[in-house]
Amino acid sequence: MHEMSLCEGIRGIVEDQARAHGFAAVRLLRLEIGRFAGVEKPALEFAFEVVMRGSPAEGARLEMIDLPGRALCYDCGVEVEIENRLDPCPRCGGGRLMPVGGDEMRIKDMEVV
Amino acid sequence: MCTVCGCGGATLEGQARGQAQDHGQDAPHHHHHHGHKHGHDHDHTHDHVHDHGHAHGHHHHGDDGDLHYGAGAAGVSVPGMSQARLIEIETDILSKNDAFADGNRRVLRALGAFAVNLVSSPGSGKTTLLCRTIEKLGARPLAVIEGDQQTSNDADRIRATGAPAIQVNTGKGCHLDAHMVGHAMDHLALPRGAMLFIENVGNLVCPAGFDLGEDAKVAILSVTEGEDKPLKYPDMFTVARLAILNKTDLAPHCDVDLDLYEANLRRVNPGIEILRVSARTGEGMKAWIDWLTARLAEKSAGAAA
Repeated sequence: MHEMSLCEGIRGIVEDQARAHGFAAVRLLRLEIGRFAGVEKPALEFAFEVVMRGSPAEGARLEMIDLPGRALCYDCGVEVEIENRLDPCPRCGGGRLMPVGGDEMRIKDMEVV
Repeated sequence: MCTVCGCGGATLEGQARGQAQDHGQDAPHHHHHHGHKHGHDHDHTHDHVHDHGHAHGHHHHGDDGDLHYGAGAAGVSVPGMSQARLIEIETDILSKNDAFADGNRRVLRALGAFAVNLVSSPGSGKTTLLCRTIEKLGARPLAVIEGDQQTSNDADRIRATGAPAIQVNTGKGCHLDAHMVGHAMDHLALPRGAMLFIENVGNLVCPAGFDLGEDAKVAILSVTEGEDKPLKYPDMFTVARLAILNKTDLAPHCDVDLDLYEANLRRVNPGIEILRVSARTGEGMKAWIDWLTARLAEKSAGAAA
């Protein structure tokens, strides 16, 4: 998607938090990324390193936690987990699935000094 | 650069018709997102805190020769105790954009105005559809925000219909964000009960992720683009409430299966509404206008309640 953009957002949050909590540097930053968030992880890692330069998160380790894709099946009416966006319903085989989760892009926590 | 998207600086071009001020492309308050703290909801007072003056290069502020925590976390003053601590954040990466979007939504709700975010690939016919729509809506109060990387061509086309329009040039940006739209709304002075059309940058990927505070995303897909586009770019069609299958007058010339278009749209979004429209011949325009006026009526009723 726009991994550079997302890193700009992360940097803004890091800088806010640095002011609020008075820390100098981030050592580890953990993100939660949903399967359907459209985030390309290697691209995000690359952008992270570049965008964080000159911020408290320069040189920080980036850890990404996968969150599953969830969808509501319009055929059997059950919320199911799916691997890929266009997978059929694992319960009934139906093809009408509305994503209800898995688009998360969140900073979970940070280890700071 | 934009805090949200990291894209090149956006500029607002032109001014809503009937307003006296002239904001040229380089009006200084239109492109200063990067790294600024906006401590406001939607009032755009811009109490910037430029916090980039320090910490260049090193996070230990070594430039001043002060603040030595040693070489990283191990440089502790109490032996054996780590200075490191964990801070729970649980914050969406796009939370800044979302806060601006909430601000836009509040403004729209207070006005009983209905905002449509028109999304599509470049060349699907958004602007032509919009011009025809404005003609059909006649005297209804409405305004248009035009998003493009460059040029004011689209805003010029809209203004030629007599409707107020403002162009937002995103520079290198691939989408409009809520902050840009909030700025543009300030300049448009929307009347009560207006329809606001936001024509996003032509792009089937990035605009899907950015809430602008709109009431509905409407995805426009022209019949020349290929039936599999909803499957190739599912995110955009998943977040859209309505899909307009545009340029249906061309369908007989390009061997397309309109039913397959619809099936693929419903595969990625079983709840999506679909209208077949030709902005050129006027086919389906009535259904589209009816859809818009019904949604506006719902919104206004909600605002009055």
